[in-house]
Amino acid sequence: MKILVPVKLVIDSNAKARVKPDQSGVDLANVKLSINPFDEISVEEAVRLKEAGKVSEVVAVTIGVAKAQDALRAALAIGADRGILIQTDEMVEPLAIAKLLAKVAEAEQPGVVILGKQAIDDDSNQTGQMLGALLGWPQATFASKVDLSAEAVEVTREVDGGHQTLKLTLPAIVTTDLRLNEPRYPSLPNIMKAKKKPIETKAPADYGVDVTPRLKLLKVGEPPARSAGIKVKTAGELVEKLKSAGAL
Amino acid sequence: MTTLLIADHNNTSLADATSRALTAALQLGGDVHVLVAGANDRAAADAAAKLDGVKKVLLADDPALDHQLAEPIAALVVSLAGDYDAIVAPATGNGKNILPRVAALLDVAQVSEITKVISSDTFERPIYAGNAIAEVRSTDRKTVLTVRGSAFAPAPQGAATAPIEPVAAVAGDYRSFFVGEALASSDRPELTSAKVIVSGGRALGSAAKFNEVILPLADRLGAAVGASRAAVDAGYAPNDDQVGQTGKIVAPDLYIALGISGAIQHLAGMKNSKIIVAVNKDEDAPIFQVADYGIVGDLFQVVPEIEKALN
Ligand SMILES: Cc1cc2nc3c(=O)[nH]c(=O)nc-3n(C[C@H](O)[C@H](O)[C@H](O)COP(=O)(O)OP(=O)(O)OC[C@H]3O[C@@H](n4cnc5c(N)ncnc54)[C@H](O)[C@@H]3O)c2cc1C
Repeated sequence: MKILVPVKLVIDSNAKARVKPDQSGVDLANVKLSINPFDEISVEEAVRLKEAGKVSEVVAVTIGVAKAQDALRAALAIGADRGILIQTDEMVEPLAIAKLLAKVAEAEQPGVVILGKQAIDDDSNQTGQMLGALLGWPQATFASKVDLSAEAVEVTREVDGGHQTLKLTLPAIVTTDLRLNEPRYPSLPNIMKAKKKPIETKAPADYGVDVTPRLKLLKVGEPPARSAGIKVKTAGELVEKLKSAGAL
Repeated sequence: MTTLLIADHNNTSLADATSRALTAALQLGGDVHVLVAGANDRAAADAAAKLDGVKKVLLADDPALDHQLAEPIAALVVSLAGDYDAIVAPATGNGKNILPRVAALLDVAQVSEITKVISSDTFERPIYAGNAIAEVRSTDRKTVLTVRGSAFAPAPQGAATAPIEPVAAVAGDYRSFFVGEALASSDRPELTSAKVIVSGGRALGSAAKFNEVILPLADRLGAAVGASRAAVDAGYAPNDDQVGQTGKIVAPDLYIALGISGAIQHLAGMKNSKIIVAVNKDEDAPIFQVADYGIVGDLFQVVPEIEKALN
């Protein structure tokens, strides 16, 4: 069985996003970019399934500018076997991403597509579910445990109030939550090896998908600022302050 | 225009987030119908019918719709979508799971977690862990939105009762089967609707200490319990308690952060709280940059003192 893992290059989780003065977007020049943390968890899970002998090949795919292949290299260093870069300079929205991924899935015929539950740049939390809809495949989002067999995947999901377990017959979609696994740090030899693994470059037009945005980004502004308050010395003083502020 | 709001509920009662999403749905300007889809979910539909501003409730009551599985519910919503200009859901676990499936089946781009309605097609939503606010306009013929509950007040219960109309589930081979669930039951207020939250971080050190220190203060204040990712990952608190970019987004009147450093991902989930209190032994901890009142000190000493001062 093959597993397809879509990955995205995003602002590093330790970097702070700054709004451009002209409000046209977020300034990513000179900001560290990394593979989206949830996608890293997806790749790790797929590679563990391969190491457990349940999966024969892990294919990573990304959609974006030429530099987006850094996310593929990160996936290959964790242990993915090959990469596909669908290169475009357009801003591609989750729906169009899902359409492209559906075409890749039709060509690659994976048993499972494992995606991150959200990308930490646009925080949309849509792509996996949309891909499930377009392919007509069942989905298990926000996975904290994945148990794969030849015909089905049993997934424990993080839901409001606790956990839910679903069984999906394959092929199926899984999206990952933080507690599914702790991704490994790729070793230096594996990083070197990853540089030699194949990456195929394609364009959205190769798949006949129109990636024209449906949403118009009118502006990107600063969130309301919040300034630091005061330090108090004692618990008694704190309770006084809270009482006079009407918070207690 | 007419809007369909997809209720989040547990068959017997509505999630608070549903009435908050209703407030946003009403701001779109048209009539709002509420879909309550589940199994033996008449009571939830009755509750929806009482919410102020609801014109009609659609009740789908079918064993296939139990447990809020995304596939049959999305198919049902799509079967109803022809009558609606906008489809809205609260950005709860269920809403986030179901709605993008609906959007893709309708070939519409979803706008996730809106925090403001500017007009019927233009919205604000936070991006980059809330470090930027995007204003976006939908150009699709239908609008599909999830609503961040903390940004909208709950719609009140009205005097009137909207009519409830039955709708039928859509049969299909969805290949998704419910196996089981483990849901915590607690008498404490629910995190996303609580007025006060007491939240603990990695500093608590163990589940036993978390329970020993956080819970009595929470109970004393009638507060909900929250946690940082580090505390959840370490097993001090259940996943459901995680506050942050990728957990629950909250905006209570009072948020008390105990032994939480204030990473951007945590701030993303709580920095719109009215009053923030932080106790941290590191005076340079970033949480103090957003806290209205801070105490630099050891929480194991300070928390019992706070309790004493409250009595
Ligand atoms: C993709 C991604 C998503 C994430 N999503 C979230 C999220 O949704 N929510 C979230 O919270 N985090 C999230 N994180 C994690 C986040 O980056 C931080 O790692 C996390 O919030 C840290 O938790 P903490 O503050 O409890 O721990 P730490 O950062 O370790 O802070 C512990 C604090 O306790 C203080 N302390 C220690 N002992 C005491 C004592 N005795 N008394 C008083 N203070 C003490 C220390 O000074 C320190 O400031 C995410 C990270 C990533 C990469």
